Amino acid sequence: MPATILETNTTPFEKVAVDTITLDIVENALRNAREEMDATLFRTAMSPGIREQGDAFPLIADRDGLMVVGQFGSFIDGFLKGYNGDIEEGDMIWLADPYSCEGAVSHNNDWLIIRPIFVKGRLISWACMFGHMTDIGGKVPGSLPTDATSIFEEGVRIPPIKLYKNDVLQEDILTLVLHQVRMPEWCRADLLAIVASCRVAEKRVHEICERFGDDFFASATDELLDRNKRAMGHLINTAVSTEKVSFEDYICDDGRGFGPYKMKCTMWREGEKVILDFDGTDPQAVGSINFYLNENMFKMFFGIYMVMVFDPQVMFNDGFYDLVDVRIPEGSLLKPNFPAALSCRTHALGRIFDILGGLLGQGQPEFLNAAGFSSSPHLMFSGFDKDSGDWFQLFQIGFGGIPGRPWGDGPDGHSLWPGFTNVPNEFLERYFPMRIKHYTSIPDSGGAGLNRGGNGILMTYEFLNKGTVSIHDDRWFTYPWGVNGGAPGERSTKVLRRADGTEEIIPSKCDRIEVFEGDELDYITWGGGGWGNPLERDPELVSLEVSRGLVSTEGAFENYGVKVNTDGSVDAAATEAKRAELAKDQTEGEIFNFGPDIETIRANCKAETGLDAPIQPQW
Amino acid sequence: MPYRLGVDVGGTFTDLLLIDEETGATWRDKVPSTPHDPSVAVINGTKAICEQASISPSDVGQFLHGTTVATNAVLEGKGAKTGLVVTEGYRQILQVARSLVPGGLAAWITWPKPEPLAALECTVEIEERLDANGGVVKPVNKEQARAALESLKSEGIEALTICTINSYINGVHEQEIGEIAKEVFPDIPISLSHEVLPEMQEYERALTSVANSLVRPIMAMYVSNLRNELRKLGMEGRINLLRSDGGLMGSEKSEGHPVNLLMSGPAGGVTGALWSAKNAGLKNILTLDVGGTSTDVALIENSEPRLRRETSVGHLTVRASSLDVKTVGAGGGSIAHVPELTGALRVGPESAGAVPGPAAYGKGGELPTVTDAHVVLGNLPEALLGGSFKLDVEAAHTAMQTIADALSVTIQEAAQGIIDIANENMFGALRLVSVQQGYDPRDFALMGFGGAGSLHSNAVGKLMGSYPVVVPVSPGVLCATGDATTQMRYEHARSFNRTIKQTDDAEVAKWLAEMGETVARELEEEGVSRDEQTITFEAGVRYAGQGFEVDLPINIADFEAGDGIATLQAAFDEEHKRLFTFNLDVVHEIVNLRAIALGQGTEMPAIKVPEGDGDPAQAKVSDHTMWANGEKHDAAIYDRAKLEAGDKILGPCIVTEMDSTAVILPDHEGTVDAYGTILINPVA
Repeated sequence: MPATILETNTTPFEKVAVDTITLDIVENALRNAREEMDATLFRTAMSPGIREQGDAFPLIADRDGLMVVGQFGSFIDGFLKGYNGDIEEGDMIWLADPYSCEGAVSHNNDWLIIRPIFVKGRLISWACMFGHMTDIGGKVPGSLPTDATSIFEEGVRIPPIKLYKNDVLQEDILTLVLHQVRMPEWCRADLLAIVASCRVAEKRVHEICERFGDDFFASATDELLDRNKRAMGHLINTAVSTEKVSFEDYICDDGRGFGPYKMKCTMWREGEKVILDFDGTDPQAVGSINFYLNENMFKMFFGIYMVMVFDPQVMFNDGFYDLVDVRIPEGSLLKPNFPAALSCRTHALGRIFDILGGLLGQGQPEFLNAAGFSSSPHLMFSGFDKDSGDWFQLFQIGFGGIPGRPWGDGPDGHSLWPGFTNVPNEFLERYFPMRIKHYTSIPDSGGAGLNRGGNGILMTYEFLNKGTVSIHDDRWFTYPWGVNGGAPGERSTKVLRRADGTEEIIPSKCDRIEVFEGDELDYITWGGGGWGNPLERDPELVSLEVSRGLVSTEGAFENYGVKVNTDGSVDAAATEAKRAELAKDQTEGEIFNFGPDIETIRANCKAETGLDAPIQPQW
Repeated sequence: MPYRLGVDVGGTFTDLLLIDEETGATWRDKVPSTPHDPSVAVINGTKAICEQASISPSDVGQFLHGTTVATNAVLEGKGAKTGLVVTEGYRQILQVARSLVPGGLAAWITWPKPEPLAALECTVEIEERLDANGGVVKPVNKEQARAALESLKSEGIEALTICTINSYINGVHEQEIGEIAKEVFPDIPISLSHEVLPEMQEYERALTSVANSLVRPIMAMYVSNLRNELRKLGMEGRINLLRSDGGLMGSEKSEGHPVNLLMSGPAGGVTGALWSAKNAGLKNILTLDVGGTSTDVALIENSEPRLRRETSVGHLTVRASSLDVKTVGAGGGSIAHVPELTGALRVGPESAGAVPGPAAYGKGGELPTVTDAHVVLGNLPEALLGGSFKLDVEAAHTAMQTIADALSVTIQEAAQGIIDIANENMFGALRLVSVQQGYDPRDFALMGFGGAGSLHSNAVGKLMGSYPVVVPVSPGVLCATGDATTQMRYEHARSFNRTIKQTDDAEVAKWLAEMGETVARELEEEGVSRDEQTITFEAGVRYAGQGFEVDLPINIADFEAGDGIATLQAAFDEEHKRLFTFNLDVVHEIVNLRAIALGQGTEMPAIKVPEGDGDPAQAKVSDHTMWANGEKHDAAIYDRAKLEAGDKILGPCIVTEMDSTAVILPDHEGTVDAYGTILINPVA
C-alpha cells in the first residue's frame, strides 16, 4: 500500500507557458539552493566523515518525487512505494533501511531525511538529503561488520518514520535511536544538520514560488525534466548501439574468505530505449558485501556518465528515466533478498562505475577511461583514551589513483567521489591518539601508460593508544585494469607492524584487529589503470616523474622502457633499445588489460599478496 | 602635506583619485594600464594628476595603492619558482592535496590533473617531528637538513617555503631549518609557515605559505621599484598597500607578506563603497562591481564589510583573510551562446575580454556579449568615455541576431534574455554573500560600480528588493576612492583549539593580551602611535566536533572580569541558531583567537553638488529610445556632471559620465543627494 499524500488544497496545478529564459533562471536558482544545502551541512555536521569528507548527498525533486537537482538519484519513488501512511505538511520523514525503500539508501548507516514541500496546501516539491553516520550501533564500531550474515547485525534499522510531525521534533524517537549508537552526539548533530539543509531548500523553493507563481514552478520543473529527456534521448540515440556489449568486473572477496564475486552488465538499445541488464551477475553473498542497487539510482549513474562528456552544463535530473530500462536479477549480489547483510556495499557501489566506464567505452573512445579508484576504503579506529577514559571513534575514508584518461594522466591519491576530501593529518593527531608518519603516493602504483594511472596512497598510522581497527578495502586480489595498451595499476595491501618490529599482512576486509601503543599500520590503496601504450610516453616526462618520486628508476625502465641516468637525464640509446625489446612482447588490439586471469592470480595469491586466495563461492 | 592619492591598477585602466584632505576636493584620472610593468602607469598617472591639481608630488602625504600584481602573477602562472621543505613522509603534501576532485559525480573524467604550486622536484623532506602539542618527537637532523637544502640548489629556486607538521603550535623546528636555509640560500626570500599562517591544517598552511613565496620576488621588485620611483618624484609620504582584508599595510611589510595582497584590487571597491555609502547615510550595502569578464559582490552590514578567512584567486584558495568578495564569471564581455543539444540560453563564463571585445567595440569581436545586449536595448549611448569612443551599433545587432535566430525570438527579446541571465548570475553571487549568510537582501541597499555596475544595479536591485539602488559618485574609479579612504589595519590569528572546559577566562585573557601587544607593535612600526589605534578581538567558536567555526567579536575586559567565556557561549548559540536553525547540547570549542589593530582613518569630507530645483532638465543631453519589459520606451540621456542636488530623474533613462553609464528602469526614479549620489527607488 503506497503512501497517501494529504493536501488541504486539491486544485491541480495549472499548466502555464514557460519561456526558456525564466526556465533557466529557475534552474540556476534550484542549483544555488542545492549548493546552499551542502554549505549548511558542512558547517554544522560533526562527524569527520560528513563534515570533512563530504559523505552526504542532497536533492530537490518535483512534486512527483523526480529529482530536479542533485546527483545520487531519487530516493523518493522507492520510499513512496514502501511507506504505508499519510504524508502531510510539516512532516520530516526519517529513514535508514534499504529494504523499506527499494534500495534508495543502500545501507543502514545512510540516514535519509525526506521533506515534502507544500505551498498553500498543495505538495509542490521535495527536499532530501542522506549522510553516512559514523556509527549506528551493532556488533562492531562503525557498524559495518565484515562478517555479518543478516541486516539484523548491522546496527539500528530505521523504517520510514516521522522525525517531525507538524514541524515538531519527535524527541522520543530520536532518543530511542540515539540510545542504540556509539556516537550519539555526532549522530544528533549530523542528523540536525541534514534537517537544516532540507529546510534551506524548502525556503528557496518557497521563494521561487513567490517570485514566479506556484503554477509556474510546477510547469517549470516539468519542463526541466522534459528538457533533460530530450537531451538524453539525443545522446542515447547517437552513443548507444543496438548491438549488445557486455562488461564484467569483480569484488575480490566477501570478508569471509570467499570470492571473487562477479558483476556483469550488458547494454543495448531498442528503439529510443537503452537496456542495462545485469544478468550474469553472481548470486547474493552470504556476507555483507551485497549492494541493493536501486534501478533509478543506476539510471542516474548511467545518465551522468553520458552527460559528463557531451555537455557538462546539462543539469542532471530524472527526466530521462523512461528512456532507460534497468534489469537486475532477484537474489543477485545487486538485488539480494531480505534479510541479506548489506553494510559493506561500498565496494560493489564503487565497482559499478568501473563497469559503466568499461561498458560505454567499448563503443565510444570518448568514454574510455581505465579502471579507477572505484571504492572508498575505510579505516575505523576506536577505543578508550588512556588518559581521559573517554570513548573515541574514527571513521576515515581513504583515496587512491584516478585512472589514466584520454585527456591525460590520472591524479595521484585523489577521490572518484564528488566532494570527498581527506581529513587533515594535524586534525587527526590533535583529536585522535595517532600520528601519521607517511602520507604520500606510491611510485609505480599507477598503471603505466601513455597517460599514467594515478598512484595509490601510503598512509602510515602510528597508534598512540590501545584500540580496535576495522578495515574495508578491495582490489587486493584483482587488478585495476588498463586500457588501449595501458598496464593495470598496483593492488592494495595493509601491513601491520607491531611495536616489537614483527610484521603481518592483514586482510583487505577485517574487524576487531587489536592494536597497541607504538604499533604502525601501512594503509596502502591501489593505483589507477594506465591509458595507452607506455612505450609512447615522452621519455622526458618519464624522467621528470622519476625526479618527482612518482615513478621509480626501475619502473621507468621496466614499464616505460626509459633509461634514466643518475643525474636525471635520459639515456636515449638505451631507451630506444629497451623500448624495441618491450615492443616485441606487446599484443595488438586488446582494449582491456586485466592483468593475469583469475586462476593465475589465485595460484600466485599467497606469494604475491601474503594472503590466502579467496575460495570460489558455490551456490 | 594635506593630499592623499589613491591608485588602483586594473587590467585595462589605472585609476587615480587625489584628495585634498582639508577641503575634500577630488581629482580623478584614468590612464591606460601598463601590464608589462604596472608601475609605469602608476608613475605616469601620478605625475598627470598632480599636474591636473597643480601640486607637487611632495605635497602627497599618503600614497595608497591597490594592486593586482600579485593576483595576476598567480592567475598567469608567473610566480617565482618555489622550493618547499616539509617533514619526512610529507613530500607529496601539495601533490595529493586534499584529494578533492571538484564537481559532481564523474567530474574526474574531464578534470585536468593540477600541477602543485611548488614542484615536487623542488620539494624536500627533513628528518624532524613535533607532536600535536608541539612537543619534540624527533629533533631536526641538521646535517640531513643541510644536505637536503643543498640538493635544491641545482633546481634554481627563487623563493623557499618551510612547512613542517604541527608547526602551528610550535615554530621551533621551522626556525631551526630556516637558519640553515639562510646559510644555504642567503639571497632568496624564505617563508616559514608558522609565521605566514599559525593555524592547523598542514595542506592549507603549506599552500598559503607557498603562495606567499610565489609572489614574494615579483611583489618585492614591484613595490621597491615603485617606492624608488615615487621617491624620485619627490614623494616623501607614507606608501601603503591595500590588503585583501580591506586594511592597509606599509610597503616594506608587504614585501614579506604579499599573500595578504592577493585580493587587494577588489578590496578597494568594497572600501570605496563603504566611504560612498557613509556619505549617502547608508549602513547596509550590497556591492556589485561589474567589470569586463567578471563581477565581484560583497556585503556590508552596519558599515562593516564581512571578512572571510580565505582568499581565492582563480583555482587557488589560500588561508589569508579577505573581504568576503564573491566573483562570478559574468561581465560586460561575457559571451552568450545557445548549445544545440539543449537549446538553452547560456551566458559566459567565456568572455570576449578586452581583445577582441564585444562586437560593439569594433575591435574584431563578432560573438554576442552582454555589452552588445545593452547596446541593442539602448542601455548605452552611442559613444562612451565622454564621446571619444564610438560604439558599433550595427555590429552589436548582427551579433545579437544569431541568438535571436537560435531561440526564434526577436532581437530585443534575445538581448533582454541575455541581460536577465547575467543579472540572475549576479543575483546568485549576491545571494551567497547575503541570503546564505542569513541576511535578507531587502534590508540592504545595492551599490553598482566598476565599468558596468550601474548598467545592472537597477535590475538586480529590483530582483532582490534591495533599495535604494545607489549610483555612487565616480563609479568607474571607486576602487581608487577606496584605496584613498581606508585605514591601517593589522591582524594576528592563532589556533587555540580548546574546549571551554579545557580553558578558563584567565588563559584566554592572557592570550588576548599577548596578541593585542603583537598587533599594536606592528602598527606602531608602521608609524601609527598607540593612541591612534583601536584594538579589537575575535574568537572562532564551534560545537566541539564541528568542522567550521563562527567568528564572533569578543571583549578582553569580559575575560579579565571572568565572564568572557559565558558571554561568548551565549553569543555563539544565538548566532548558530540564526544561521542554521538549531543548537546542540555539546561543549563549545574555541578554535582560534584573533587580534586586530586599526589605525584611525583621516576623515575624508565629500564635496557637495549645487542645489537644484528638482528638475534635471539642465542635464538632459537628448531624447533616446530604450527597450525594457519587452516594450519600446521613449527615454532620455542625462549628463551626470550637470545633475544638481534634489533632481528627480524618472526612468526609463540613462545617465552618462566619463567612465560609466547608469540605467534607470521604467517605474523607477533616481534622486540626486547633496553629494551627487543617485539613489534609485521604485515609483509607488
